Amino acid sequence: MKVISFIRVLFFFLYFLLIASPLSFAQEDLSQSWFNPHRVNMLIFLIFFFAIIIYFIDRAKKGKSLFIRRIAGLDAIEEAVGRATEMGKPVLFIPGIEDIDQIQTVAAMIILGNVAKMVAAYDTPLFVPICRPMVVPVAEERVKEGYASAGRPDAYNRDNVRYISDEQFAYAAGVQGIMLRDRPAANLMFGSFFAESLMLAETGFLTGAIQVAGTANIHQLPFFVVACDYTIIGEELFASSAYLSKEPKLLGSLKGSDLTKAIIIGILALGAILETLGITQFTRWFFIE
Amino acid sequence: MIPLSETIGIWLGAALTLCVLSFLYKDNPFFKFAEHLFVGISAGYWATLEYYNMFLPNLWEPLTQQGRLLLLVPFALGILLFSRFTKKFSWLSRWPMALVIGIYAGIAILGYMQGDLFPQIHANLRPLVTDNWLTSFNNILLTLGVITGLLYFFFSKEHKGALGGAAKVGIWFLMISFGASFGYTVMSRMSLLIGRVLFLLKDWLHLVN
Repeated sequence: MKVISFIRVLFFFLYFLLIASPLSFAQEDLSQSWFNPHRVNMLIFLIFFFAIIIYFIDRAKKGKSLFIRRIAGLDAIEEAVGRATEMGKPVLFIPGIEDIDQIQTVAAMIILGNVAKMVAAYDTPLFVPICRPMVVPVAEERVKEGYASAGRPDAYNRDNVRYISDEQFAYAAGVQGIMLRDRPAANLMFGSFFAESLMLAETGFLTGAIQVAGTANIHQLPFFVVACDYTIIGEELFASSAYLSKEPKLLGSLKGSDLTKAIIIGILALGAILETLGITQFTRWFFIE
Repeated sequence: MIPLSETIGIWLGAALTLCVLSFLYKDNPFFKFAEHLFVGISAGYWATLEYYNMFLPNLWEPLTQQGRLLLLVPFALGILLFSRFTKKFSWLSRWPMALVIGIYAGIAILGYMQGDLFPQIHANLRPLVTDNWLTSFNNILLTLGVITGLLYFFFSKEHKGALGGAAKVGIWFLMISFGASFGYTVMSRMSLLIGRVLFLLKDWLHLVN
C-alpha cells in the first residue's frame, strides 16, 4: 500500500510539474540548464518505470512468487550440453563482441554462469573466446563460480576463457579456428553480435555442432534463425538470464518491463483511436525535441 | 608508376585474400596462416591504438602536462583492474567493473528512451481510418504488428488462449521482417564480395578498368 501511495503522490507532483509549470513550454536555450522542461515526458515515464521495477524487485525479495513462462530455447541449452557430453566433445560459449558495459553482454555472462554449472556437473570442457579484454575477468569469475556451485572447483581451467582480439573479424576468424580444430559439439552464442554472426553460425553449422543463439540485435537475428537449431529472440535473452538465475533483481526488472509493455500496448491502442478521431495532443506528448 | 611499397601491399593483400578464400574448399594451412596473422596483428594493433588514442590523450597527458589531478581517480580505478593478477587482492578489480557497468547502464536507459522508445511510440500512433484505403491498411497492419509483437515478448503469462493466438501472429510478423532483413543484408554482403573480387581483378591483376 505504501508503494501505491508513493506512486500516487509522485503522479500528482509530475502532473503539476507538467501542466502548471510555465517552463514546460518555454523555448529558451537550455544547453546550460540543469533541467530541460521539454523532456518532462521522459522523466515521468522513467520515474514510473523505475517505480514499477522497484516494486516488483521488492516483491521478489520478499519471496513472493513471480511467474515467468518457460522459454523454449533454454531447454535447448541443456540438450546441447548433454549432446556434447555424450560425444565427449567440448562446449563453446561465445558471449558476443561488445564490451561489458553493454546489457546484452551482462545477460550473456549470467547465462554463461549457468552453462558453466551445467558443464561442470557433466564434466565437459567449456571454451569461452572473448573479444573485449574487460569481459575476460567477468567471464572468468562466472565460469569459476559455476564450477564451484556444481561442487567441482578443481575442474575449472582458467586457460579455457581466452581473449582472442578486439578486432571484429579477427575475433571471428579466431573463433572459426576453434570451431574447426577443437570441434565443439555445442555452440552457444549469446550476446551482442554484428556482421560476424553469419560467419560464426555458418561455420558451426558446417562442423555439425548443435547451435543455440540469442541476441537482441535485430539485424543479426535472421542469420541465427536460419543457421542455428534454436534462437532466442530479442528480449528473450534478458528473460533467459532472469529465468536461469532466479535473481530477485532480474525477476523484478522482467516483471516490471512486462507491465510497462502492457502499458505501452494500451498507449498504442488509445493513441490509434484518438488519432482516428482527430485528437492529436496525446501523440504530441510522445514527441522528443 | 606505382610506388614499390604500394605494389608490395597489393600483392600481400591479394595473397591473404586468396588464403582466406581457400577456406571455401576446407580448413587448410594457408587459411590457418592468414587467420593467425590476422588475430596476432589485430591484437597488437588494438593495444597500440588504445595506448595512443585513449591512454595518452585522455589520461596521461592531461594528468602530467595540465595537472588535472581529478584524473587520478580513473587512473587508480584502472590500476585496480590489474589486481586480478594477485590472489589476495583480486576482489578489488570488481570495483571498477561495477562502476563501468553501472554508469553505462544508466546512460543507456536514457539513450534508449530518447532514441528508441519515445520516437517509436510516437511513430506508431497513427489513425486507423484515413481518406486513402492503402494508408489505412498500412496503419492497421503496423498497429497490429507492433501490438502482437509486443505480446510475444510478454513473459508473465503462458502463451495460451487469446494471448497465445496474438503471440503467434506476433511471431509471424517478426519472421516476415527477419526474412526481409535477411535478403537486404545478403545483398550488402554480396557488395562486399564484389568489392573484394574487384580488388583482385582490378588492383592486382589489372584485368578490368
